[in-house]
Amino acid sequence: MRRTTSRILRGIALVSTLALGVTACGGSDDDSDTKAVSAGDIQAALDKGGDITVWAWEPTLKTVAADFQKKYPKVKVNLVSERSGDKHYTALSNAISAGKGVPDVAQVEYFALGQYSLTKGLTDLAPYGADKLASKYTPGPWNAVSDGDKVYGLPMDSGPMALFYNKTVFDKYKIAVPTTWDEYLDAARKLHKADPKAYITSDLGDAGLTTSLLWQAGSRPYKVDGTKLGVNFDDAGAKKYETVWQQLISEKLLAPVNGWTDDWYKGLGDGTIATLATGAWMPANFATGVPNAKGQWRAAPMPAWTKGDKASAENGGSSLAVPTLAKNKELAYAFTEYANSGAGVATRISEGAFPATKAELESPAFQSKKFDYFDGQEANKIFADSAANVASDWSYLPFQPYANSIFNDTVGKAYVSGTKLADGLKAWQDASVKYGEEQGFTIQK
Amino acid sequence: MSTSVTASPAKSAAPGLRTPRKKHTPGKPKRNVLLTVLMALMVLYTVVPLIWLIINSTKTQAGLADSNGLWFAHDFALWDNVRDTFTYHDGIFGRWLLNTLLYVGLGAGGATLLAVLGGYALAKFQFPGRRAVFAVVIGAVAVPGTALAVPTFLMFSKMGLTDTPSAVIIPSLVSPFGLYLMWVFAAEAIPTELLEAARMDGASEVRTFFQVALPLLAPGIVTVLLFTTVATWNNYFLPLIMLKDPDWYPLTLGLSAWSSQAQTIGGDVIFNLVITGSLLTILPLIAAFLFLQKHWQSGLAAGSVKE
Repeated sequence: MRRTTSRILRGIALVSTLALGVTACGGSDDDSDTKAVSAGDIQAALDKGGDITVWAWEPTLKTVAADFQKKYPKVKVNLVSERSGDKHYTALSNAISAGKGVPDVAQVEYFALGQYSLTKGLTDLAPYGADKLASKYTPGPWNAVSDGDKVYGLPMDSGPMALFYNKTVFDKYKIAVPTTWDEYLDAARKLHKADPKAYITSDLGDAGLTTSLLWQAGSRPYKVDGTKLGVNFDDAGAKKYETVWQQLISEKLLAPVNGWTDDWYKGLGDGTIATLATGAWMPANFATGVPNAKGQWRAAPMPAWTKGDKASAENGGSSLAVPTLAKNKELAYAFTEYANSGAGVATRISEGAFPATKAELESPAFQSKKFDYFDGQEANKIFADSAANVASDWSYLPFQPYANSIFNDTVGKAYVSGTKLADGLKAWQDASVKYGEEQGFTIQK
Repeated sequence: MSTSVTASPAKSAAPGLRTPRKKHTPGKPKRNVLLTVLMALMVLYTVVPLIWLIINSTKTQAGLADSNGLWFAHDFALWDNVRDTFTYHDGIFGRWLLNTLLYVGLGAGGATLLAVLGGYALAKFQFPGRRAVFAVVIGAVAVPGTALAVPTFLMFSKMGLTDTPSAVIIPSLVSPFGLYLMWVFAAEAIPTELLEAARMDGASEVRTFFQVALPLLAPGIVTVLLFTTVATWNNYFLPLIMLKDPDWYPLTLGLSAWSSQAQTIGGDVIFNLVITGSLLTILPLIAAFLFLQKHWQSGLAAGSVKE
């Protein structure tokens, strides 16, 4: 999930990140929150009541917050929901570095968690009982929120990947739904030949998509062990990805449209962008963003890198975390648990969110849900299957938001000039290593 | 084309031969093909986005996705869009509109007041350090507000003012360009003799300012007010880093927040409301320009002709 990042915002984010690092170094003497907080303490806090501020853009949280307040009338949840993405993290980093105006609960996407947990910006929730919830979640999301015995947030949703394809377009040109990435490449050629205005998908360089595809291909570029780091895009998985994607780029088979723009939504609606390999949360965006294409789209399993391989990966997904500077941590944790592990989960799923919890993923009611948008297809079966096949040994960099922000200056060149994708990845690797060294990480070669 | 009939400027400017200049009356301006073409391009450049905005604010989200950008879709949803813009998210758009009015009223209004007082004083009073003030003001005109945003944020954050309306209003109070404009304008528009006459008649400085100087400054004040109003109304970056609570957003931030919903997992895609909201946002500015146009034009021309 990448947006076009304004350079100014990037600068601000950088300044804030640096300031955040400084704050963390200067004020890391408050390790006092390692003592366990009993369920009784949390219940007492709920009975006593108070205000908590939640920064989250997830739309279903509105109902969850209302229900929570109904259950605990003395608690007031102030849900601040107008910011998302880059702006959300800029605001969060600014607040943390200023030490003021920090929310009690913040939505943090999995790829960004490391940035905050490493600088001690987030509360370890294990002493509050979060460590006992591990078995409730699918491995991908849980792996993303936990680090050893520390838990930096509770998974809110997940994004096991699937291939969404425009059935109308595929039927029109008699193209079979690809089951491997090689078939995908063939389908791309066939489609673009049949209709020069149509493309198999759009990609102008999207860090989130690239890392997810590498993840699926078995590549593990990032090795993170405390302050020791390794970045290496030179493994067998990365080779598989490079080979296919390089051909898609070189043969101009990708629509030159940036994701998440109005052009992109337009392309998804008018059949000029025929497939989308992305997270299982996409149906909700389809329904509101491309209402006119209702009935045309279907979901399918992700194409495999080797025929018969069932490996999948995550794309997107976010957690709720409690910043270290939160004022009311007991209430903050209580809300987080309610929303992401307790009664809130059912509410959120009924409003279209994609779960990260095993019980919901495996429940017959969830799996047999018919999607109107997909003309009645029971798409959750495909998504749940994908969730079960996500490898859990993937990790992002502790400064992934920064790394993603320089993706277009490095790998992105392969899309617009003659640079080879492999060289682009090498440049990204070098830039990430350089930044890591500047931040004081030990780089392992 | 009738424009091609007129003598081209190159011919009439033959070296050495100074042909008597034609009298240009306002009723019969000189024609110039190049300028006409440039002007036409300029008009296209400025008007096409406006037309796009007006046309597209009549479409639903579905209509936006499956119709040509420069023509109407089959659905005409302008009124629905306007209603939805004001009711979406419990009517927060109205709140953002009021916030913007507050920031413009206090920020731009205050900036104009300060610029008028300062410009008048600098133009009409001699005091030590005037040249230094001049240097500082000229220097300040050259510094883009964006460059100062981060230092301002850190300063305000130390003072505990971030995330409050004053964090947007206080920096808006300073308009070096407005001060400079008022200064130049006051120097030209108020004859010093007039002030001396007023003083001779026994008027206090305050009375002289309000009753003699202020009416003469009116066109300049309107000009500065327009500039500061537009600057504050359109300000995006300062509120972006200062404000976190959406209840205090101005329209610019609010619309950008709505637009970025489309880039969010599970987010509601409401480009139709973003477009309609943008149209509603520029209407007051257009109205301000139309109503104040007369004053503004006389202000720009003041001092250009010696009577």
